[in-house]
Amino acid sequence: MTPPVTLSKDEILRYSRHLIMPEVGMEGQLKLKSAKVLLIGAGGLGAPLGLYLAAAGVGRIGLVDFDVVDFTNLQRQVIHGTKDVGRKKLDSAADSMHDINPFVQVDKYDVALTSENALQILGDYDIVVDGTDNFPTRYLVNDACVLLGKPNVYGSIFRFEGQATVFAYEGGPCYRCLYPEPPPPGLVPSCAEGGVLGILPGTIGLIQATETVKLILGIGEPLVGRLMLYDALGMRFRELKLRKNPECPICGDHRTITQLIDYNQFCGIPDHPPAPAPGVAEGEIDVTEVKAKIDRHDPFVLIDVREPHEYQIAKIPYAKLIPLGELPKRVNELNSADEIVAHCKSGMRSAKAVEFLKQAGFRKVKNMKGGILAWSDTIDPSVPKY
Amino acid sequence: MPKILIPTPLRQYTGKLDTVQVKGSTIGEALSDLTTQHADLRRNLYSDEGKLRSFVNVYLNDEDIRYLKKEATPVKETDTISIVPSIAGGSR
Repeated sequence: MTPPVTLSKDEILRYSRHLIMPEVGMEGQLKLKSAKVLLIGAGGLGAPLGLYLAAAGVGRIGLVDFDVVDFTNLQRQVIHGTKDVGRKKLDSAADSMHDINPFVQVDKYDVALTSENALQILGDYDIVVDGTDNFPTRYLVNDACVLLGKPNVYGSIFRFEGQATVFAYEGGPCYRCLYPEPPPPGLVPSCAEGGVLGILPGTIGLIQATETVKLILGIGEPLVGRLMLYDALGMRFRELKLRKNPECPICGDHRTITQLIDYNQFCGIPDHPPAPAPGVAEGEIDVTEVKAKIDRHDPFVLIDVREPHEYQIAKIPYAKLIPLGELPKRVNELNSADEIVAHCKSGMRSAKAVEFLKQAGFRKVKNMKGGILAWSDTIDPSVPKY
Repeated sequence: MPKILIPTPLRQYTGKLDTVQVKGSTIGEALSDLTTQHADLRRNLYSDEGKLRSFVNVYLNDEDIRYLKKEATPVKETDTISIVPSIAGGSR
């Protein structure tokens, strides 16, 4: 039998502002201390979650993350500092949480959550908080929570907007009730592609933290059956009804999913994406070759298909800016007799531009491999990377 | 006229508008008017077979149209229609 949970004198002092509220009190603080919460992801959403749940005195907090802190994280992932760049997010986050509250236990899972390990990892916890950054993991977390009967405190963000709700709470609606299927890859941009206001994950992560603490304490009205939408630019919160779908394949009346599946396949993502071919593929051109062309004054046109605000961050002076979205209506600015090289940030969008131009009848078009990032690495380090 | 709230990921197809006024007495007509005004939206809202995509939810005020009459749901002049696509960002 486990000994009864109590608070030490130091803990009583620390949690004073909780203890003097009757809605929390000693009973509530002991519930927090006994609680086991799993955070999936120690990134933008995981950062405020980890800090505040540790501060609040959640006794055991699990973190699942296999990423390393980099400079682009620091604009929003406040659990990591400049000194942590290059460290594992798990170690950096655990240090910050222990610094705030040495009384909490932090369990570190240095793995990607998969169908093989999810049930075992989630099984040890009372509440799961989803702060991941991709669709396969979100469906995996959802399904594992439904199968295990654990609440899934959900939050997701994009640019200036966020969504939050609590799924799978006492038979309530799940993520598949809201969205039966993921979008095909490429149609919905990620934060890495679309950007995100650095403060936004703080707001959404703290809504998740609030709901987590409410579930532990058993007070208030949980965000169940309601989808909260937050628009930072309009500073508006809206609430939509979220119903349980009777035809939901995992929590509905006629369940067809009774175990975890292959989520990459479900989301249309190949398990082993083809590695970028070494060397230069058909239709591609290396940055050194582009530089040589410029230096030799070869007659060719270099087009930059990024957005104007990206052009302001970093540019190759020789390039002509035609954003990918404007290419169809500005195609007449190009001459199909010319040799054309397209570039973007990393080579994805310019590949689409090349494809478009080929379909439009251009024959001499090439994609600059690796984009302006490769240009910065290989040709001109004074060009900033972003 | 009913209005449709456009979420951030789709504003690139509406000339950056966050709200579009539309004509129509049903959800289907309202969305049809929207994609007539902003043709680039069509591919993002509808599949090749002309069905609303399953990762895009449409709400009449605060109710999911899947639990009303779907695209046949009647729309009043004062109603607000929301398009809510799934987003996955947790910001790695």
